Amino acid sequence: MTELAHIRNFSIVAHIDHGKSTLADRLIQLTGTVAERDMKEQLLDAMDIERERGITIKANTVRIEYPARDGHTYVLNLIDTPGHVDFAYEVSRSMRAVEGSLLVVDASQGVEAQTLANVYTAIEADHEIVPVLNKVDLPAAEPDRVAEQIEDVIGIEAHDAVHISAKTGLGIPEVLEAIVTRLPPPHSGDRAAPLKAMLVDSKYDAYLGVIVIVRIIDGVLKKGDRIRMMKTGGTYDVDDVGVYRPAMTAAAELGPGEIGYLNASIKQVRDTRVGDTITHEKRPCDAPLPGFKPSIPVVFCGLFPVDANDFNDMRDAMEKLALNDASFTFEMETSAALGFGFRCGFLGLLHLEVIRDRLEREYDIDLITTAPSVIYHIHQRDGTMTELHNPADFPDPGTIDRVEEPRIKATILVPDDYLGDVLKLCQDRRGIQMDLTYAGSRAMAVYDLPLNEVVFDFYDRLKSVTKGYASFDYQMIGYREDTLVKMSILVNDEPVDALSMMVHRDRAEMRGRAMCEKLKELIPRHMFKIPIQAAIGGRVIARETLSAMRKDVTAKCYGGDATRKKKLLEKQKAGKKKMRQFGKVEIPQEAFINALKMDG
Amino acid sequence: MRRIALYVHWPFCQAKCPYCDFNSHVVRQVDQAAWRDAYASEIKRYSSNIPEVEVGSIFFGGGTPSLMEAETVASVIDGAQRAWRFANDVEITLEANPTSVEAGRFRGYRAAGVNRVSMGIQALDDGDLARLGRLHSVSEARAAFDVAQETFGRVSFDLIYARQDQSPAAWEAELTRALGMAADHLSLYQLTIEDGTAFGDRLARGGLAGLPDEDRAADLWDITQNLTEAAGLPAYEVSNHARPGAESRHNLTYWTGGDYIGIGPGAHGRVTQDGTRHATEALSAPLAWLFAVQRRTGVETTAPLTPRDAAEERLMMGLRVHAGVDLRQIDYRPRNLDVLQEDGLIELDGPVLRLSRKGRPLLNAILRELMV
Repeated sequence: MTELAHIRNFSIVAHIDHGKSTLADRLIQLTGTVAERDMKEQLLDAMDIERERGITIKANTVRIEYPARDGHTYVLNLIDTPGHVDFAYEVSRSMRAVEGSLLVVDASQGVEAQTLANVYTAIEADHEIVPVLNKVDLPAAEPDRVAEQIEDVIGIEAHDAVHISAKTGLGIPEVLEAIVTRLPPPHSGDRAAPLKAMLVDSKYDAYLGVIVIVRIIDGVLKKGDRIRMMKTGGTYDVDDVGVYRPAMTAAAELGPGEIGYLNASIKQVRDTRVGDTITHEKRPCDAPLPGFKPSIPVVFCGLFPVDANDFNDMRDAMEKLALNDASFTFEMETSAALGFGFRCGFLGLLHLEVIRDRLEREYDIDLITTAPSVIYHIHQRDGTMTELHNPADFPDPGTIDRVEEPRIKATILVPDDYLGDVLKLCQDRRGIQMDLTYAGSRAMAVYDLPLNEVVFDFYDRLKSVTKGYASFDYQMIGYREDTLVKMSILVNDEPVDALSMMVHRDRAEMRGRAMCEKLKELIPRHMFKIPIQAAIGGRVIARETLSAMRKDVTAKCYGGDATRKKKLLEKQKAGKKKMRQFGKVEIPQEAFINALKMDG
Repeated sequence: MRRIALYVHWPFCQAKCPYCDFNSHVVRQVDQAAWRDAYASEIKRYSSNIPEVEVGSIFFGGGTPSLMEAETVASVIDGAQRAWRFANDVEITLEANPTSVEAGRFRGYRAAGVNRVSMGIQALDDGDLARLGRLHSVSEARAAFDVAQETFGRVSFDLIYARQDQSPAAWEAELTRALGMAADHLSLYQLTIEDGTAFGDRLARGGLAGLPDEDRAADLWDITQNLTEAAGLPAYEVSNHARPGAESRHNLTYWTGGDYIGIGPGAHGRVTQDGTRHATEALSAPLAWLFAVQRRTGVETTAPLTPRDAAEERLMMGLRVHAGVDLRQIDYRPRNLDVLQEDGLIELDGPVLRLSRKGRPLLNAILRELMV
């Protein structure tokens, strides 16, 4: 075991491309954690989607041993945290598992949005923060200006920022020394106390089963222990404990202040909830760690295979994904327009996109995605209440007493230059202002917002109106009644169930118009004109007409072109598979999700 | 005797036009004697495989065939005439650029047997000619055209329309001038931007501003149909207009499912033998083709078309011409005929399927309905 005084637990906060992965690689390399011959780029990033999107979905951890200049050898535990508002809760748990952060900023670029959101999470977790200016060797680097910006925008001291070039290795020893001298050791930890450990994250390994990342607060965790998850109630026998270096390395035990993994023959990731408290079954700790929230899906949409023959493969793929993702749910759904598919639940839109990408890429299934929706509470006149997951199931309005929708408390931090745009956006989305305060040049706006106005593109809009300088977090605050109606979309006079949606009555005309205009752009012209209408019940509230195609003919076609023309036709045959037929009209599959994106 | 058409590809140009995606190359010098020998050798090879046919037409395409020496053209025509029999009304067309240098060779072509020229005038506006990368001016083109009309019985010329910033009024005026030149045949092509061309690259980089959108292109199409009909040169194919009787018989062979032999780099052919239609395609790189001919091996690939492929091709090509396709001649039942007829896009005249006036500018979309 290691004394608390010689442990430092930290995370790295950085914007995409500002050098988080390279810095982590250098720290690992310089301390000899990985043999030189095993060194490869971006040791911590696992999935392709994580690398491409520059987001981390699962937490990763690595243990580094560092002989410091004071003569002691320190154990440094780095947690690489997820970094998106959909996973805000997971990020906050990862941050709670460590005591400090390195704030890495590209000295040629300056502070960016993602940095801001995560650094505030770090501040809320009471972290000590060491600013690190990377890429100081670039000609465009302006370390002094960027340090000033960190002080202005984030409000933390940055005059003693560490100057580095993760690429060349410049300044890496100073970073290691700063971790030891400027970040605190774990605040408390009693080896003799009952086991109290935080479940930081878990992942499914096809060979080992579920691997759980834990941070020990009090007590000791060993192989053979019988443990209990305090929230979910499950009990397990620990087969193995260890640390990541970054390869999994078995250890005799994990003591207070340490971060490592446990393997206890847990079958599904679903049984391990992020933020849960792990204790011994025999001698449990008195209270779980505060702040646990069950992770429940809040956004729903239909996913349908483009090719009906893929349905069974799709179900297998979703079962596999769900094993590794407690917050992803699905059940079978049938649509008149789209055939057999699944109604799926997600933490947010990014989560939805990640799952959809993985189904398409890793399992090679082409998908149609329908409008995202939230869960409405439908109170019937007979006194019963039903949960509505899918607007297509909206009952006869005559039987309904009232409809309630989920609301959230949204907290938005933004440089005050952009505040006006943010307030307007919240107002447009039916928000009620709860609080507005200023800290330096930053404003904090707190709004009560309907979740259905947020799930789709709120975050994208927020990023766009604030040039990326806003950070956003939310929590559910309950259900409230409002005048909500089901809006149907008719294409060429045929209702398209996959496009129907719930909207507030006062916003129905506006949304209907926007949808019709968008569909007019998304549906290609046909050889006849196509009316596109939005309706509530039998009443049309918006209408557009897609005019008929006027010209589509190859100008030149002689003897040598017959073969080429034939190939074009083969391509069209393939393209037709990506369309859905509604009566005489073909709708491209991407229209089902793009139709909902609002520009204003 | 069975009729066949002969296509001869000359792959060289003085400059590559930015819109062109044909098999054409700019080289400093061409050994015309070597090419003459190669064409002669190919004609011999084909005539031994396909002996008993009558040549209905020859077409020299390119590239720029008016860069061929008259002797080279004469050698091909003589070779063909020795190898096969010529029809009494044989049509021998040569594509020509309208410059004074080329006009100087017209007499020689005439003597070699060419009886029709198709001139790449492309525009009657000097600014647009420059933008299209053409090396001639309007006045030079008109002078060359006059020489051609004096020299050959039949003259056609090409114009490219739906150009950048071309207004309907400007095209109307330009087409009126073109019709006043009294050719008996016009090929009027809407500018198409192809991948892999200089224009294609420019468009991909966000250039080529002012190209017409679909509605503008359709307006220009309508003007073209109305003016040519009024002038007595209605369209007989998508882009080809002629005084009745002056249609290009060679090109009609392609569109009506006739057999044709293709000679030269990248040339395609369709030859029916024992009831099966075969597609031939020659090597497209000029020197590779030349060496293959000299080595007498690997000049082309030949593949039989399945009855379905042959039928689809017949429909694809056949619906380009106003006469349409006799469905009894193809082993294929097109789909959606009733819907398309209801929407007024096609006409069924007994067994003959043809496009309506409304359907003509929508051929690709209609083919998709019929065949996909």
